[in-house]
Amino acid sequence: MAEPVLQLSDLRKSFGALKATDGVSLDLRPGEIHALIGPNGAGKSTLIHQICGSIRPDSGTIRFLGEDMAGLDMAARVRKGLGRSFQISSLAPEFSALCNVMLAVQARQGSSFRFLRPVASDGSLTGPAMAMLERVGLEARAKVPAAELSHGERRQLEIAIALALGPKAFLFDEPMAGLGPGGSKRLTGFLDGLRHEAPILLVEHDMDAVFALADRISVLVYGRIIATGTVAEIRSDPEVRRAYLGDAV
Amino acid sequence: MTALSRETLVSSLLVVMLVAIPLAATMAGEPFYVTLATRIAILALAAVGLNIALGLGGLVSFGHAAFFGLGGYVAGIFATHAFNGEPLPFGFAATTSMPVIWLSAMALCGLVALPIGAISLRTSGVYFIMITLAFAQMIYYFAVSWPSYGGEDGLSIYVRNSFPGLNTAQPLPYFLLCLGVLIAGLVLFQLIKGSRFGTALEASRQNPTRLAAVGIAPFGIRLVAFVVSAMVTGLAGALFADLNRFVSPSMLSWHMSGELIVLIILGGKGRLFGPLAGAMVYVLFEYALGGITERWQFFLGLILLGVVLFARGGLLGLLAGKAHHG
Repeated sequence: MAEPVLQLSDLRKSFGALKATDGVSLDLRPGEIHALIGPNGAGKSTLIHQICGSIRPDSGTIRFLGEDMAGLDMAARVRKGLGRSFQISSLAPEFSALCNVMLAVQARQGSSFRFLRPVASDGSLTGPAMAMLERVGLEARAKVPAAELSHGERRQLEIAIALALGPKAFLFDEPMAGLGPGGSKRLTGFLDGLRHEAPILLVEHDMDAVFALADRISVLVYGRIIATGTVAEIRSDPEVRRAYLGDAV
Repeated sequence: MTALSRETLVSSLLVVMLVAIPLAATMAGEPFYVTLATRIAILALAAVGLNIALGLGGLVSFGHAAFFGLGGYVAGIFATHAFNGEPLPFGFAATTSMPVIWLSAMALCGLVALPIGAISLRTSGVYFIMITLAFAQMIYYFAVSWPSYGGEDGLSIYVRNSFPGLNTAQPLPYFLLCLGVLIAGLVLFQLIKGSRFGTALEASRQNPTRLAAVGIAPFGIRLVAFVVSAMVTGLAGALFADLNRFVSPSMLSWHMSGELIVLIILGGKGRLFGPLAGAMVYVLFEYALGGITERWQFFLGLILLGVVLFARGGLLGLLAGKAHHG
């Protein structure tokens, strides 16, 4: 079996008496979409914050491409190749869609300590940024400030920014949230092809999307992974049905 | 696009006014107005410096008087030592050459801003405001209590420092010199704003998490912006001391820090010509209303209130429309 891209081992994080992450081990292998599901309050967000470096775990390790991520902040982890999207769109609202992606292109190219050359006429930034907007189908809205984009367009823009980073792994936090059936379906098709560029850790509530996309699913309940397996295994797991899926399947 | 060209028009008008007034005044034999215009140019430059941190980076430094005053003291101390024929501390030769003084002022301000920024930028919001204020007050009280350079009474510059090929003692040449430096400052601001660094800096203001999520740590970007900002404001301070032929701790006081912020809010923060618009209105008010009543700042306060409530983009926003991004 190939070496996992991202590997969490026995990760623990408590807030007072609340064990938000209670011994989580999980891995993301090359070429796969690994979905992380769980009811509200299961600790998904806390787990993502730890992977991204905005919350420090109490114990346990996070290895990315074989390297221990402890002590690296979010920006450093992103530079190592972890591309993320946010549960609630997080963009530079005054910048145009294009400029938001250009920021990612510029970050990928290296130094931001360049003071003189104007970015607006820099083809090495605008070219790749425009290509990413085309990939997500947002090219017609390139000049529109992010604040004026619709909710769905902002979700698309988040994906375009993550793509522009050329990451070694994607971490998508509820990318389908608020998209509506048509939008979810399109994004599902898009993510389906993306797994071959880089594996995806997908946190998602939209069960149709999860069942359509996931190679493996892990179920998080009260800070613990209660099951990991293929779609069929998870669907038929009695404990998962009781804890989470209920009558939905 | 029309809004953009309107901004260019308004800005050009400001520059034309700034140049026309002293020229006309010189011909009419009224050098006082030249001094007034010089004051505008220098305060505008100081605010251009602050605008890099505050306007682009959203870093509300309430301590930029520290750099304005330090720049002023560099000019004063150089002049005093040169006048007395003594070397400077640490054995540096004293000189009255402005280019040397300017570079020294900028270097000193950059060196002081580095640790202040490195500490202050670990905080944000109201704490950042307070900690920058605290650092500036430390330097203020140091200047007040240090007798070698006049302490509380300040330090007089008997002969204005010199610039190669220019008679700086005359009001008009000195104005033109200050105008040239202001234009250089404006060019620098515009270059920074359009550059990769400026893009990252503006992103750090709008959404630091977004900046981190593309792999750029906001701290380093902000620190460099803070240091560059301090250096420009320090340069303005050196010019200001030479204009008044006097430097005192009041240049370091929190009133001064507040004044610089007021200039930017008044003119339009983050906009190229905002500081100039703000400085013009401020100085003209100070002069026109100051002649009528000592309470002129009351009326300035009313205007500021109006700008903050009804014209968030400042006077430039009011005249030229909303600012645009690429």
